[in-house]
Amino acid sequence: MKSKLKYFEDSIPKFIVSPTFLIMITFTYGFIIWNFVLSLTNSRLLPVYTFVGFKQYIKLFSDDKWWIALQNLFIFSLLFISTCIVFGLLLAIFIDQKVRFEGIFRTIYLYPMALSFIATGTVWQWMLNPGLGLEKFVKEMGFTDFTFNWIVDPKMAIYTIVIAAIWQSTGFVMILLLAGLRGINSEVVNAAKIDGASMPKIYWKIIIPQLRPVFFSSIIILLHIAIKTFDLVIVMTKGGPGYSTILPSIFMYQNSFARNQLAYGASSAMIMLLFVMIFVVPYLYNELRSKNEYSN
Amino acid sequence: MNILIKDKTLNIFVRILIYTLLIMCALYFLIPIFVMVITSLKDIYEIKNGNILALPEHITFQPWIEAWSEARIGSNANGIKPYFINSIFITVPSVLISSVIGAFNGYVFAKWKFKGSELFFSFLLFGTFIPFQVILLPMSQTLGTFGLTENVAGLIIVHIIYGLPFTTLFFRNFYVSIPTELINSAKIDGAGFLKIFLKILLPVSLPIFMVCIIWQMTQIWNEFLFGVTFADASTQPVTVALNNLINATSSVKKYNVDMAAAMIAVAPTLIAYIVSGKYFVKGLMAGAVK
Repeated sequence: MKSKLKYFEDSIPKFIVSPTFLIMITFTYGFIIWNFVLSLTNSRLLPVYTFVGFKQYIKLFSDDKWWIALQNLFIFSLLFISTCIVFGLLLAIFIDQKVRFEGIFRTIYLYPMALSFIATGTVWQWMLNPGLGLEKFVKEMGFTDFTFNWIVDPKMAIYTIVIAAIWQSTGFVMILLLAGLRGINSEVVNAAKIDGASMPKIYWKIIIPQLRPVFFSSIIILLHIAIKTFDLVIVMTKGGPGYSTILPSIFMYQNSFARNQLAYGASSAMIMLLFVMIFVVPYLYNELRSKNEYSN
Repeated sequence: MNILIKDKTLNIFVRILIYTLLIMCALYFLIPIFVMVITSLKDIYEIKNGNILALPEHITFQPWIEAWSEARIGSNANGIKPYFINSIFITVPSVLISSVIGAFNGYVFAKWKFKGSELFFSFLLFGTFIPFQVILLPMSQTLGTFGLTENVAGLIIVHIIYGLPFTTLFFRNFYVSIPTELINSAKIDGAGFLKIFLKILLPVSLPIFMVCIIWQMTQIWNEFLFGVTFADASTQPVTVALNNLINATSSVKKYNVDMAAAMIAVAPTLIAYIVSGKYFVKGLMAGAVK
């Protein structure tokens, strides 16, 4: 009797997490497999399960638009991540100098993270509008030759997305790095000070190298944000002018839902997942392993 | 780390420099919201003829009224209000249900580990990283099959499903820090799974519930991809409606109405952030450190 009760007691935890387990197996991993299966078919408006092998993938990598999307993602990620890191680090260092009103500064730098990309994209699109926005403002200040029409220039439009994305995410990097700075052992730094090392040198040689894990996490998260970026482009440029600001996420959406190329869209989604996995799986593996080492 | 410099005048100079830079950065971050607010209070004549950073000469609330209940979105001219209400109906149950399930899951993963639970947790964790494009097509087929695209239930289910990895993570990391001795001694006293949770963990869980709720609320309220894919014209959330309003090509552009609508759309999360920023920051950090 007792052992039955014990068995019952032991199975409660498993029972509690079993719905989540089923949900995860079905709606995450099952759906990924389903999506992969779809990508091997010829589906257009509706899913049909006539298999055509990797035809969609071959088509994908011979599609100029897909290459533009990849190129844009590369430019976007590189500029977005590097600027957020540098700018975020500077803000974290400045704010860490025992400044007054630190809380207010932090609140101001971080608030964009609480807003939707759709709303912030709205205001950026309006400020970058050549006829009415900042260009007009600078012109009226007397600089009549000033032009700032990036948002309607196919060559420059992607950089307007970068500007808006940096504005939104820098505060996040600052918060992470600030926590990192506060966790640094001050003894080493004080010893270096006594040895007469200058502050910039201490930062460059001692403090910043110690923040390596924080930089690493920040880069992974920013990269993840970059690959998922969708709303901001939709509201600011809708992928245009032309195709100049399409990203894989936009490409996937347009093909799947606007152009009725279901299987084609599914194949581009698989490649997006692949990109994420290349970066995230080693990171997660590393994190979990180091955590287990601590706990053992 | 503090830059301590012995030379006093240099020190003052450095301080002034730091404050100047901090204030300039603050202005950079504030300009967009400043532009949003002032533009929403101008009439269209002033927008066309004035400059973008000038304060309104005549403050008007007409754009706010129009954005709220009169602006044309799709085929209806009822403003953003119905979609704002949709977002409330979507967000509230999604946040509450995903948080409660996450609390129980986190409790199990932290304190009732079983064979395979760590592996399960790792796979769940990966779920926080997948680009949602990869589940978009299967999910839209599934919701379509069950007729869930015509009401908000579909979006609620989707937000619960894909919120679970985050909520579980929050609670698991929080409960791990609670000493296991407390739980073991309670077990010796004969307390079971539920009793330990209710008597020992739940009373100290308020902060993590706050973190989880603020995080989920921000994510779900601001979400766009699921909204635009899975909702029809009458069930779409406020982010989708805002985008439709802004990208409407038909009539004359009313930037003041656009900005007022954007302000209305961000108001709930902005207020939550200002009131409980501490929890928002903790959520960001917890999500980042994983």
